[in-house]
Amino acid sequence: MAYSEKVIDHYSNPKNVGTLDKNKKNVGTGLVGAPECGDVMRLQIEVDDATGTITDAKFKTFGCGSAIASSSLATEWLKGKSIDQAVKIDNMAIVEELNLPPVKIHCSVLAEDAIKSAINDYRKKNSLPELELEEKIVH
Amino acid sequence: MYLCEINLYMLQKPIYLDNNATTPMDPRVLETIIPYFTQQFGNAASRNHPFGWEAEKAVENAREQVANLIGADPKEIIFTSGATEGDNLCIKGVFEMYAQKGNHIITCTTEHKAVLDTCRHIEKIGGAVTYLEVNKEGLINLEELKAAITPKTILIAIMYANNEIGVIQPIKEISTLAKERGVLFFTDGTQAVGKVPVNVINDGIDLMAFTAHKMYGPKGIGAIYVRRKNPRVKVTAQIDGGGHERGMRSGTLNVPGIVGFGKACELCQQDMQADTIRISAMRDTLEKGLLKLEESYVNGSTQHRLPHVCNISFKYVEGEGLMMGFNKDIALSSGSACTSASLEPSYVLKALGLGDDLAHSSLRFGLGRFTTNEQIEFTINAITETVTKLREMSPLWEMFKEGINIDDIEWAHH
Repeated sequence: MAYSEKVIDHYSNPKNVGTLDKNKKNVGTGLVGAPECGDVMRLQIEVDDATGTITDAKFKTFGCGSAIASSSLATEWLKGKSIDQAVKIDNMAIVEELNLPPVKIHCSVLAEDAIKSAINDYRKKNSLPELELEEKIVH
Repeated sequence: MYLCEINLYMLQKPIYLDNNATTPMDPRVLETIIPYFTQQFGNAASRNHPFGWEAEKAVENAREQVANLIGADPKEIIFTSGATEGDNLCIKGVFEMYAQKGNHIITCTTEHKAVLDTCRHIEKIGGAVTYLEVNKEGLINLEELKAAITPKTILIAIMYANNEIGVIQPIKEISTLAKERGVLFFTDGTQAVGKVPVNVINDGIDLMAFTAHKMYGPKGIGAIYVRRKNPRVKVTAQIDGGGHERGMRSGTLNVPGIVGFGKACELCQQDMQADTIRISAMRDTLEKGLLKLEESYVNGSTQHRLPHVCNISFKYVEGEGLMMGFNKDIALSSGSACTSASLEPSYVLKALGLGDDLAHSSLRFGLGRFTTNEQIEFTINAITETVTKLREMSPLWEMFKEGINIDDIEWAHH
């Protein structure tokens, strides 16, 4: 199976690899997936408390090229967005942007889960009600 | 002359290290085959004209070359389309032929799917199959094998060497046990024949399947060995027709394929010793070089192993992601789920007791006759670089470095 150019580009030059201080109150961390499944994504956002804007996003991913590309793309999209906008990022947008084949759709679902999980972590830390997450069916 | 010399030492890319999947055809084999497509194209079963006679002669010559490689009599070689057909023919053929004696077959969990799926089929049609487990080295336990034999047991089917980890089973001990208990012994010799000195007499093998394309021959041709003496073994044909191959496998013989298979066997016999010395030295260099990476582990026994194979897990990086770092230059296989259609990691590695995470992190290296030292050096560097880069990107590596045990984390399984 050949990878799309965009996947190869994100894999070769991943954007925003790194770690934010998970103990900071304005940092939300999402850790999703499982080593046994072959994918683990950790996605972090730093939020400007005053404006509710995501000022920074970082990721680290254990997984295939499509999983790395999905998380790299997600961090790019998150920066500069408000929390409300970020919640609306849909996995199918990632699929479309990266031309992921059907067998790799679960990578995009994982990225969406990671975003929502990071947002929830931020909301929890700041005593905001957590979002209700819909379950996406994966493979 | 000068240019020619430079060429010899130039690094050939892409590098092919997937010789367990298939091997390139040796140019000497190709050369031998070509006339059999155009000039000597006869049907080996045409008894009444020179075209047929020539084809038959070529087939019988090849049969002898194949038999010689494994220490068999030419009459004990039955040509098939490949090892999958051979596995099917031996197992189903024995099951049908010896139905009066019993219906029980013993095999093991790390066999190739061609054996495992055939055994599943046998179960569906009234057979009983015992699947022996392997230890962390990938070897079966002889005591367990002994205990599994019942008066109904008709066949022990244990592979000679494993396709993913290259581990060689204790063939002589298995055959001795089989003989003592009057049970036939079949071995899938696909990965071993041509690479290590397989000898059906010394090894006590009753039936064996193997194929040309794993030993520098053409695809689409293989053979089974069926013992004719002590004991005389019979299998029920699975393909009926003109009664070719002593009635065990009908169908017009693939003459060019057979000729190529024969030549490939002759070359393996002739070059085996030299090939083994050269290839195993490169394999050892590769393995040593890669094990310098922290948290990398060889999968399966290193003592009982094919000379050209190694399987290594690089903990905290995922196999497909890893291969993507160099797959334009290096062709490899991984036990990662992402590389299989089923999304399940390698059942062979899991059978060794490896966690799914380690199975996902594995690469299989299969060196071959045409692998060079320069290619091995390039491979060590490319993989070291990619593993290091991906670990910097891996949350699991970060946790490991912080002293967090990832097994203690409650992962949300999806």
